[in-house]
Amino acid sequence: MAVVATVDQAVDWESPEQIGLWSDVWRRFRRNRLAVAGAIVVAVLILDALLVPLLAGMGLVQDPIHQDVTHIFGGPSLHHPAGTDYLGRDTLARLMFGARISLSIGILVQGIILAIGGVIGLVSGYFGGRVDNLLMRFTDIWFAFPDLIFVLVLVSVFGPSILSIFVAIALTNWANLARLVRGQVLSIKEKEFIESARAVGSSGFKIMARHLIPNALGPVIVTLTFGIPQAIFLDAALSYLGVGIQPPTPDWGVMVQDGYQAMNASAGQVVFPAIAIAITMLSFTFIGDGLRDALDPRMRR
Amino acid sequence: MGDTAVGGRPARGALPPIRLRLPRSRGVALAIYVGRRVLWMFPVLFFVILITFVLMHLAPGSPWDRTGGRPLSAAVVANMNVKYGLDKPIWQQFLLYIWNALHFDFGLSYQYQGKTVSSLILGGWPYTFTIGLLAFCVIVPVGIGLGVAAALRQNTRADYSAMAFATFGAAVPNFVIGMLLIIVFGVTLYNVTGGNYSLPVSGFGVDDHLIMPVVTLATLPTAYIARLTRASTLDILRQDYVRTAWAKGLSERLVVLKHILKNSLIPVVTALGPTFAILITGSVIVESVFVIPGIGRSFVTAVFSRDYPMILGTTILFAVVIALANLVVDILYVFIDPRVRLS
Repeated sequence: MAVVATVDQAVDWESPEQIGLWSDVWRRFRRNRLAVAGAIVVAVLILDALLVPLLAGMGLVQDPIHQDVTHIFGGPSLHHPAGTDYLGRDTLARLMFGARISLSIGILVQGIILAIGGVIGLVSGYFGGRVDNLLMRFTDIWFAFPDLIFVLVLVSVFGPSILSIFVAIALTNWANLARLVRGQVLSIKEKEFIESARAVGSSGFKIMARHLIPNALGPVIVTLTFGIPQAIFLDAALSYLGVGIQPPTPDWGVMVQDGYQAMNASAGQVVFPAIAIAITMLSFTFIGDGLRDALDPRMRR
Repeated sequence: MGDTAVGGRPARGALPPIRLRLPRSRGVALAIYVGRRVLWMFPVLFFVILITFVLMHLAPGSPWDRTGGRPLSAAVVANMNVKYGLDKPIWQQFLLYIWNALHFDFGLSYQYQGKTVSSLILGGWPYTFTIGLLAFCVIVPVGIGLGVAAALRQNTRADYSAMAFATFGAAVPNFVIGMLLIIVFGVTLYNVTGGNYSLPVSGFGVDDHLIMPVVTLATLPTAYIARLTRASTLDILRQDYVRTAWAKGLSERLVVLKHILKNSLIPVVTALGPTFAILITGSVIVESVFVIPGIGRSFVTAVFSRDYPMILGTTILFAVVIALANLVVDILYVFIDPRVRLS
């Protein structure tokens, strides 16, 4: 049985009844209830981010920067289901609007990190030798120089636009993923099924795409999902320093930070945005785990 | 299979111990590798200093800007620039810095007049180092333990609890965690015990002062390491050789420690390298919340007051630590997975 699995991984059987890798992955992904639930939550969040200005225009969601000055730090009420913040702004509306920036940071930054860190790690681990040494010393350099100054310079050169903040956060955070992918690849590439893939003449690219990436996926997904809240908080820290998202734009990270300033007055101001961040992270974790399981040939039944 | 040895192999449960010694030829190769990597630290440091130098001078603002109060007069600024060599062309400043750094002279701090960068860093590092090292000692066993336990009991209550903790640790920033601890163990505990007992909320001491900063610092990395260990352990659990190990009746301890844990450690060890480096070089948030005079805080104030020598000094320290940590990780790969070849 083990032998069959090895051969199956190494050889592209082109029998007519074989289903393609990705349609098979999709089929198995759909069967994973948690993964589907995660995907639905993310879809709802994305819809919210896209449609919330429209909803606000229709009067269904309150204005996120309108100050209800008679209800500063108001607890949850009919009018303000999640209470109000230190300026009397509706927390629910700010959460719904905050998804626009926080979700973009969550997804886009991790996407850039995956692209840079994944490629550098894969190439470094797969080719080894001099390539590995140079790429990893480059990574050491990138690890070491201070991100804060890098972000300050980037934002001062390109202006405090959302895009430059995304790029700055991604560029200062890919090194960890690169080392992780490389470590995985270093170990996986010495395994028997890679050897058999080579023996049947698979190209380097195919080995990477078909065998190394799926087998290295677990820790990569964990790292990317953990990166989501970290990117949101980094952005909030930057805006606190005056180089990030500028107030009064709602953003979950900034909401946590503002709420923290007055945790004693109203705990909800920290709790609600933290829950939003946790839900986002959990959804992506479930999606990622589902994807990993769907890609794992050993999980096939 | 029974207890009888088959084909000269040792009997069940009596597998040879985990090899921590490499064959001599590989030992020599490893020593050469380590030597080369240590030499490589010099070009790495050179580029780190170069990039930091350029970025620092590109960043808007100068060390003599004053927020609030009156700005320094042009004549004073000119004198200061002459005193600290900032009037020279930037490449001369850079070469001079490299030359001095090679002689372990890292210059004078701008914000703490008359103090050398070396004395400031050596003065603050013990605090940062102690807290970071202790946090690391919490993270490794707790994170790996939780991760393995969650993976072995996948989709049970234990697994979900570990997941809940990990999500909390990641989605709640550490300044909030620090403040929660202060509220609970500093304030509430004080009131509940009628002022008899509470954890100290600020300052440094090698006693119960350490508890809250260490817990605050350790929460996020512990959560991350736990999830990472779980993910990579789950990958290993599905391997044929683990099934074989169970099937031939090895004890749980042996299967978990030797067949599962050892093989799932690669990503965990990889992540622990930079984690260690970051921990022992300081967290501005934890040092600010608990008022600890460490170098994490002084580094951030250095960045904001454009204290160039202080920025460079701290960056060099971090660069050395991270390069060494990653070197140790790469060496550990060989012991964890003897198939890994370093070149």
